Formats: sequence, structure tokens, C-alpha cells
Amino acid sequence: MNVYQQRFTPLQQLLHWVMAACVLAMLFIGVGMVSSTEPKYLRLISIHVSLGITVLVLALIRLAVRLRYGAPPLPADMPAGMKTAARVSHYLLYIFMISMPLVGWAMLSTADYPIVLFGSVRLPAILSQSDGLHTFFLRLHITVAFLFFALILLHVGAALMHALIRRDGVFQTMVPAGRAARSHASDGRRVERA
Amino acid sequence: MPDPHTPPARSSLAPLVLILAVILGAAAVFAYTAGWFSPQRLTPDKIVGALAPPTGPALGYRRNHAKGICFTGVFESNGAGAELSRAHVFMRGQYPVVGRFNLGTPNPDAPDATVRVRGLGLQITTPDGQEWRTAMIDPPIFPVATPEHFYALLTASKSKDPNAMKTFVAAHPEFAAFGAWASSAPFNASYAEERFNSLNSFIFIDAAGTERAVRWSLLPTVQPMPIPHDELAKQAPDFLEQEITERVAKGPVSWNLHVTVANPGDPTNDPTRAWPEDRRTVEVGTLVVQRIEPERDGPCREINFDPTVLPSGIHTSDDPFPAARSSAYRRSYDLRTAEARYYPRTAPSAPSAKP
Repeated sequence: MNVYQQRFTPLQQLLHWVMAACVLAMLFIGVGMVSSTEPKYLRLISIHVSLGITVLVLALIRLAVRLRYGAPPLPADMPAGMKTAARVSHYLLYIFMISMPLVGWAMLSTADYPIVLFGSVRLPAILSQSDGLHTFFLRLHITVAFLFFALILLHVGAALMHALIRRDGVFQTMVPAGRAARSHASDGRRVERA
Repeated sequence: MPDPHTPPARSSLAPLVLILAVILGAAAVFAYTAGWFSPQRLTPDKIVGALAPPTGPALGYRRNHAKGICFTGVFESNGAGAELSRAHVFMRGQYPVVGRFNLGTPNPDAPDATVRVRGLGLQITTPDGQEWRTAMIDPPIFPVATPEHFYALLTASKSKDPNAMKTFVAAHPEFAAFGAWASSAPFNASYAEERFNSLNSFIFIDAAGTERAVRWSLLPTVQPMPIPHDELAKQAPDFLEQEITERVAKGPVSWNLHVTVANPGDPTNDPTRAWPEDRRTVEVGTLVVQRIEPERDGPCREINFDPTVLPSGIHTSDDPFPAARSSAYRRSYDLRTAEARYYPRTAPSAPSAKP
């Protein structure tokens, strides 16, 4: 058995944790900025837009890496329903990571706002101004933001359940090998496949 | 598949409680960030809501400066501004503009003569793809110093308490200058006769990276013709829109754009305080209005004249208003675009208004 199937590759782990920080920052900045009229509002919007496009680029790289390297198999003793939930939630996470920035981009384009990254790079509009489409993309952006955050909470809850209750090695697939070996000498699957 | 190291599902509640605490804690921080536990936060919804008249907002329209008319034309830059800002718009040349003459009222049907504050929204586009949007008004100073005071002013002016405005004015002595202007300034007969002022301070960055705080104004090239007070009520409801339409139909109308540079120590964070008259002022070009179009199908209706849409070479200063305006304008834009079916467009493709 290839060692990479015990864990996600280091590149996948790096992408996961960097993107976890980016996506959480995006969600918190987004929900905070839309209720603000303070001077920080402008800075937050500018970070949100720049970080959003960064997430889009990282998510596309991550998707390619995932298609290339795959993922470690789920433990054989995991109930079928739980496996299905895991698969569906991961599909949704990818869909949200890729669609949210695109929906935001469309939302700004249809409102004829300039899209400026990192204070200087200007992105073209991907659609022309439209009242109806702006409203549609704005509502979609807000709705998916809350669904995305709820899904992340579920994801965190499931990861902690694997780490603390089931102790089946699933959590360890996303942490570097050295640390996992120290903190979790009894990785279930490694024993199983040894 | 025995695994002696993996304990069976344990009965201990501790891990479950921990997981639940992590999830609920994260959700609570999210809700806090969203302001759900902070009813005192000045949100764009509060400002936009406070602007609405007692009968409710005019659906499909801007939440303030709701009455307006579109124009197109050019900004003829004379090159003198290049010394102050590296923005392309200050390089000698002609750049297309879309703008909007407007009245400071939430009511799109307000008779022109009843509205004290007149405004001009402007978008200048340069060949490098950058835009400069600005929304100016005709008073020489702003009534209040901060967005919080603006909200307090709106609340007081709508209050049923007969002493609310008195209390507000007493608590905000800086309001007196605006009050004096509002009660004494003449009502001019044309948008062409108005001087429009940025009031807010911005920062210009020159080619060497030097930053200067500035304000700007459009100065009319037409002699003001104040309307005698007793004739104001006799004006047609849309006299300003009719007048500017007829005037521009006969020939272009222009304003000169003046940029005033602050001296060190001049107040940049308080638009109630004018800068001394002797400050350095540079005439950087001329706005030439060539064509007037009704707002209904005109090119300005779709533009949010957000004063923080700035080209590289201009940025916001410590003035707290542009950020608050940007936030509130965006909310207003989101509301009116969602209500587009209520807006009486005349284009054949427009959907019919629903009850």
C-alpha cells in the first residue's frame, strides 16, 4: 500500500490548512464588513476581494492536486451513511470554494463596480451591469456564505469526532506525519494495513 | 479487523461536550462579527433606513438624492493636476464622463424648488481602464462632522418630539454654519449656475509618491441668477431638469474643476470645517456637459456614484465619511436594483410594474 494513501500528501495538507485560514477569514470579514460604516469598511472590502480571488486560484490548484493524488480511503468500519455524508460534504466544500469567488466576481461585475486586487491589479468584469443579475448573485453570495459557514462547522465537528471519539485515523490524514506519529501512536488504519 | 488500540465508542460525554462547545463558540463569534449582538453599531441599513421619509422609501430609487437627471460629456484635463496626482485623469487630454444632476431628497417626485441641497455625481473614465467617481453637493460645508452625527441628525429631523432638532443643534454647534447657509443662500435658477463641492478630503499622490490632502470643487462658468424668494413657489415642479435640458440642447455647459491643497494642520477629518480661503488652488480642467438624458433610460441610473471608486493616484484620507458613504450607497444600490420592477423604466424590454 502506497504511503500517500494513508495521509493526504504534504502539498494537499498545506493547501488545506492555508485555505482553511483564508476561507474562515473571508467569511468573518464578509459578515463583518457588510454591517460596518467605519473607515475599516473600505480596508475589509479590499481584503475580501483580494483574498476571494486568491481562494479561487488555490481551490483550482487544490482540485487539480486532488484529482492527481486522490484521498486516503475512509476506514472500512465507517458506517455507510457516514461515508456518504463525508463524500457529499467534501463535494460541497469544493463547490463552495470555487463558486463563492465567482459569484462575488459576478455580483460586483453586474453592479459595475471596479474589481481591484491588492490595491493595483484590475480584473475585468465577467458580466455587464444588470439589476436582475446583481440581485440574483448578491442573494446567492449571502445564502451560500451562511451555508458554507454551517458546512465548515459540520466539517470541524466531524473532524473532531474522528479525532476524539472514533479515533479511527481519519483526522490524522490531514496532519503532518511526524506530529501525528507523536500524538497518535495508535493510528488505527496503519495498524490494520501494516 | 480487531484493533486493540481503538477503544469502543466511549460513554464519556467530555469529547462530545468539547466538540459542541467548539462549534457553538465559532457560531457565536460569527454572529458577534455580523453585529447581531451589537444593536448600537451604525450599520448601512440604519443610515439608509433613517433617510426614508415617514411614508417609506421610494422603491427602485436611490435612497437619497432620489431625483436626478443624467448627463454625458467630457472632462478636458489641462495637465496642471499631474503635479499633484499621478492619476491618468490629470494628464492633458479629454476623457468621457457620465454624470447626474440631482436633488438631496429621498423623494423622486419632490418639486425642484422645495429641495435645499443640489448635487452632481460624476464618473470619469480614462484609457487605462480606471474610474474616478465623485458625488458633490452645493453647500460650502457639510452639516455634521461624523457619520454618527449624520445618523443623529436624520433621527432628530424625523422625530415626533418637537424639541428634537433644538436638542440636536444645541449638542452639535458645528451644525450652525450649515444652518446659516441653508436659511440664507439663494436658490439659483439653474444647475449650470451651481458650485459643487467634494466637502470630503482625499489624498492625492504625485509621481514621486508625495501625498497631499485635497478637496475639490466644480466652479460654474455661468453667472448665478438667484430666484427671488416669492417666485420660488411659482416654479414648475421639474424646472431645474427642464432648464438644464434646454440649455444643453443649445450648447455645451461647463464647470472648472479646482483642487484645493490643505496646509499642514488643516482639518481633513471634519467636513464641517472649511479650509481658509488662501489655500493653494489648482485649476486642473473643465467638465463639459454635452448631452442631457432623462434618468429613466439614461446612462447614469445604473451607476453608484460611490466616492471611494478612485483611480490609482487618489485615495481616501482620515475623513470618516467616504467609507460610510460607500457602505450606505452600496446598500442603497442593492435595494434599488432588487426593486427594479418598481422603477418606471420606459424601455420596451422593461418588465411591467407589479403591485
